[in-house]
Amino acid sequence: MVHELSGTRRWHWLNPWLFLLPAAIMFSVYVIFPIFQSIWISFHEWDGIGDKVFIGFDNYRELFDDNRFWTALINNILWLVFYMLAVPIGLGVALFLNQQVLGIRAVKSLFFFPFVISQVIVGVVFTWFYDPSYGLLQRFLAIFGAGPIPVLADETLATYGIIVAGLWPQIAYTMILYLTGLNNLNPDQIEAARMDGAHGWTMLTKVILPQLRPATFIAIVVTVVGALRSFDLVATMTGGGPWGSSNVLAFFMYEQAIFSYRMGYGAAIATVLFLIMLIYIAFFLWRMLQAERG
Amino acid sequence: MFPTPIQQTSRFTQISYRIALPVSIILWLLPLAAVMMTSVRSLADINAGNYWGVPTEWMLVENYTAVFANTNMARYLLNSVMITVPVMIGSVALATMAGFALSKFKFRGRIAIFATFIGGNFVPFQILMIPVRDLTISLGMYDTIWALIIFHIAFQTGFCTLFMRNFIIGLPDELIESCRLEGANDWQIFTRIIIPLVRPALAALAVLIFTFIWNDYFWALVLVQSDEVRPVTAGISALRGQWLASWQLISAGSIIAALPPVILFFAMQKHFIAGLTLGATKG
Repeated sequence: MVHELSGTRRWHWLNPWLFLLPAAIMFSVYVIFPIFQSIWISFHEWDGIGDKVFIGFDNYRELFDDNRFWTALINNILWLVFYMLAVPIGLGVALFLNQQVLGIRAVKSLFFFPFVISQVIVGVVFTWFYDPSYGLLQRFLAIFGAGPIPVLADETLATYGIIVAGLWPQIAYTMILYLTGLNNLNPDQIEAARMDGAHGWTMLTKVILPQLRPATFIAIVVTVVGALRSFDLVATMTGGGPWGSSNVLAFFMYEQAIFSYRMGYGAAIATVLFLIMLIYIAFFLWRMLQAERG
Repeated sequence: MFPTPIQQTSRFTQISYRIALPVSIILWLLPLAAVMMTSVRSLADINAGNYWGVPTEWMLVENYTAVFANTNMARYLLNSVMITVPVMIGSVALATMAGFALSKFKFRGRIAIFATFIGGNFVPFQILMIPVRDLTISLGMYDTIWALIIFHIAFQTGFCTLFMRNFIIGLPDELIESCRLEGANDWQIFTRIIIPLVRPALAALAVLIFTFIWNDYFWALVLVQSDEVRPVTAGISALRGQWLASWQLISAGSIIAALPPVILFFAMQKHFIAGLTLGATKG
């Protein structure tokens, strides 16, 4: 018995590594190394087939002078800013639905389920919604006597049109985060605050929102990630058009690498996108590790 | 309870609330309803602008049959299943082992490794695209379902490890210690104690992964190209190019493609939401 026990102990230090190994290998090969490889490729001129030619920072210099890049970058910022509306709107919807009446469960699921639909389908749904000749939006506009607005064919409106489509599932997501948060509120604190005469807006900002902070944090993180990952909707709704006006970095990169065979240039775009995301990743990890220690 | 329960408010508020609920849900789902209505119409109806009225001819069966008869939709659906199911099993298995290692053992670097899994999970796909595509080509897996299966397993392992680690860390240490004292080795502890106890988390995780993978579009564009291996998301977008303005078919095809995750969601709602909101209440 004693012998066996010490036998297990001897291998003890290695065991966690054996459990980790399969996941660590897969994740390193397909996620961690490719990040560095992409950054490396971004310093080269490469068509994807022939030899890579090292050109230093030339791809980045070219990006700096490329109007398409700035359009895509500005659109990404618009995405980040307007996608954030999903957080307060999601909270609003959650507050609206946090009641116990007959059928509320069904209503909650119906509100949520746009989130489980593929973004490709969401893109189809909203392309039809905006359709200049038959779309629902034009019907609404017609009620007010406004002429048809071809949202997705309009250089200034296209990006906003896609963002609205993206908000549809994203609001569903933040709503469900907040509903869960509201479910776990501390009832004693709320009662105490009610005794003190707090209600409505004061109650929300002073008592409820501080308790919802974990939900808000996750909602912001997933919304930022969603905004920077916007690819599916752009690809299915406009393909970056008209004339590149609704492009975003994710789609611009794909276009350059796959259609123009400019791997180095594409990798440089991807690196810029990655660096923007890295700010949020660092922030998230920092928060997470603090919670871990505290 | 916040806001104040509706039952404690005035009669007027109560009635308005009960009216506002169905109205809001109808408005919220109106874009989707439009697509569903379109999928049962004839092209003539659409061209005539008959959009919300009763269809002059019901084309429900015709349109949905046409999708399956004239296109590779059945093949796309099958491909999606063949890609999604192995990924669910593979990534959950790898992550359960990794999560066990990261939560119940103390060793140097475990926080750093955990942070790497989490951080990697958030990177934009584009930073991985070129190297992953090259690797897939050189492994001879380009344009096979294995290209997608292996990549998705690897990538989802990040999220799954975060999920499983946070679940397993909540399991009592005493249980593991007492088994160890009885002479069980770590593998036995894993198979006999950990796996049975993580079952509730497995369901939640599996449903989430199913939805993520089923709905993936980017990698379906990058790693495969032929109809024989394309999953349904890439299939639909290819069909759109083919159908052009046949909106009744595009709509029917989209509804079919969206159905599996929607059915799964309604069937396993509790698990789905539990998985998704992990961390929304603490941390």
